[in-house]
Amino acid sequence: MAPRTLFEKVWSAHEVSAETADTPAVLYIDLHLIHEVTSPQAFQVLRERGLPVRRTDRTLGTMDHSTPTLTSQVFGGAPIAVDSAARQVAALERNCTEFGVELLALRHAQRGIVHVIGPELGLSQPGKTIVCGDSHTSTHGALGALAFGIGTTEVGHVLATQCLLQRKPRTLAINVEGALGRGVTAKDLILGIIGQIGVAGGTGQVIEYRGSTIRGLAMEGRLTVCNMSIEAGARAGMIAPDETTYRYLQGRPRAPRGADWEAALERWRALPSDPGAHFDREVHVNATRIEPMITYGTNPGMVIPISAAIPQRPGDAAFARALDYMGFTAGEPIKDRKVNVVFVGSCTNARLSDLRAAAGVLRGKRIARGITMLVVPGSQDVKRQAETEGLDRIFTEAGAQWRESGCSMCLGMNGDLVPRGEYSVSTSNRNFEGRQGAGARTLLASPLTAAACALTGRVTDPREVL
Amino acid sequence: MEALTTLTSRTLIMPAANIDTDQIIPARFLTTTTRAGLGSRLFADWRYAADGSPRPEFILNRPEAAGARILVAGRNFGCGSSREHAPWALLDYGIRAVVSTELADIFCTNALKNGLLPVIVDEATSAWLLAHPGVEVTLDVAAMTLALPDRRTVRFPLEPFARHCLLQGIDELGFLLEQRPAIEAFERRA
Ligand code: SF4
Repeated sequence: MAPRTLFEKVWSAHEVSAETADTPAVLYIDLHLIHEVTSPQAFQVLRERGLPVRRTDRTLGTMDHSTPTLTSQVFGGAPIAVDSAARQVAALERNCTEFGVELLALRHAQRGIVHVIGPELGLSQPGKTIVCGDSHTSTHGALGALAFGIGTTEVGHVLATQCLLQRKPRTLAINVEGALGRGVTAKDLILGIIGQIGVAGGTGQVIEYRGSTIRGLAMEGRLTVCNMSIEAGARAGMIAPDETTYRYLQGRPRAPRGADWEAALERWRALPSDPGAHFDREVHVNATRIEPMITYGTNPGMVIPISAAIPQRPGDAAFARALDYMGFTAGEPIKDRKVNVVFVGSCTNARLSDLRAAAGVLRGKRIARGITMLVVPGSQDVKRQAETEGLDRIFTEAGAQWRESGCSMCLGMNGDLVPRGEYSVSTSNRNFEGRQGAGARTLLASPLTAAACALTGRVTDPREVL
Repeated sequence: MEALTTLTSRTLIMPAANIDTDQIIPARFLTTTTRAGLGSRLFADWRYAADGSPRPEFILNRPEAAGARILVAGRNFGCGSSREHAPWALLDYGIRAVVSTELADIFCTNALKNGLLPVIVDEATSAWLLAHPGVEVTLDVAAMTLALPDRRTVRFPLEPFARHCLLQGIDELGFLLEQRPAIEAFERRA
């Protein structure tokens, strides 16, 4: 057989039927994760057509996007402040009960952001096909799964048939070589990659991140990298499973055990791309050149090293409009710009290692006067672990707010908002206009950088405070 | 899904590149549990000032926008989230086709599933359309052509199965449900 890529192996193992000129492939889905925002209309279709959920054993629900993060509203009996959010949460509970789908409901000990809990529970595994009505489903590809976001109609298709109609995407290899410098994290790497290939650089393609830098990343860093594949427009991002992957998975609550574990390992070891496998396109990235990165505009491709000046693009109206929205001037340095809000959270950077990194910067110190800082763990499990290590104390003693898990300030739909016109340094993944609240100005960065900015109240190179 | 065979309409122009789903429909409107009524929220933060009043300069608030069913947008329209609320909002407002040189993957899939026609054209055609706001054009789904006012026609790609569904006004779920024997066989093999 001709050498095959990781993607091709996973894809072909899940073809119920292959694509033809007239019809797309029917692709079988191993794991379907659902949440409150993109599922209500899908359940409605099932109800209208009298259809059951085909495989409740392959479906898991959680709530994250519209859920509150204030302990009083999650556990204290206070009503969820946003009415429509409360109705959406209630709708998911009803739907899961009616259709027999397991739900990690609001007060469940394992609830969290859908892309944090999949890997954490050991459900996201090499070689699986994983979908969710959420574009950052690409995150799970870090474990060697083919994982991608779908719309609500497709959520209905998977609920009803466990399958999707799909045309086979093209493949893009991103080869990353070289060591990351001090203060440079997986987040800076993926921001650098998006800056290099552009926000539509991956459209229609599945990315495989390869090379020594990727191999050297811990699992949580790999999750951060794959998470933002969609910010390059890609369908999915994948990393070949290796010992790092297996060590991460072994012993997790829903990972295989005993003889099943051994059998799984044998299957997983055959997954990495064969030597000489062909990719439709290849890109090379020199990791040694990457510095702590920060965005200055209104899409994640508008990104620069934190030590650099905001670029000048005379005659580019869209660019000028973006800078106008941000209140920035072309050619000025981004360093030392005033910051109002710091958000450490989201499916990109709210795992334990992210919180440790931010806490490391803040330990024994106070955030600058006037700064609002939210630290929102990616899951209730991350929250408990962080509390066991005392990270919550470091944050609260520094003057930050420590919250229950959820999407929080990553998107403005749960009551956690950046006020109009204010600057937010955020560890999330999107700096679109209004993403964190109408008129909010978002600067995307790593947890290290975010914590450094909180200390000084200004855009700060984390290497200066490490 | 409502069938779409041909569509003749004046165009609505939004030349900016990378118009993302948070602009098309901001997240705070996603707490709905139905599909209806999102048209009034379409491009909400560009369309209305903070006090809720319409911004007169925004294209959707101008008299020439009324009745236009074809949106011509800059490159990479629909990037960002997988929210199907984006095509729902466009359709609810009255848009039936989006023309660009490039459309984001998930947006494109979601659009087709709801009878919103994604039309990918070459740079020159896009530039011409963006430079001539409000011209009347005709889209022909069967022929996969866009006819410009000077009678020039430009072809656009359309996935054959999606085209079939669009022409017939049927959704894909029926087809998938018919695959049940094959799906069961696959599950026994796996
Ligand atoms: S944290 Fe942000 S990007 Fe991630 S799933 Fe939630 S809203 Fe989406």
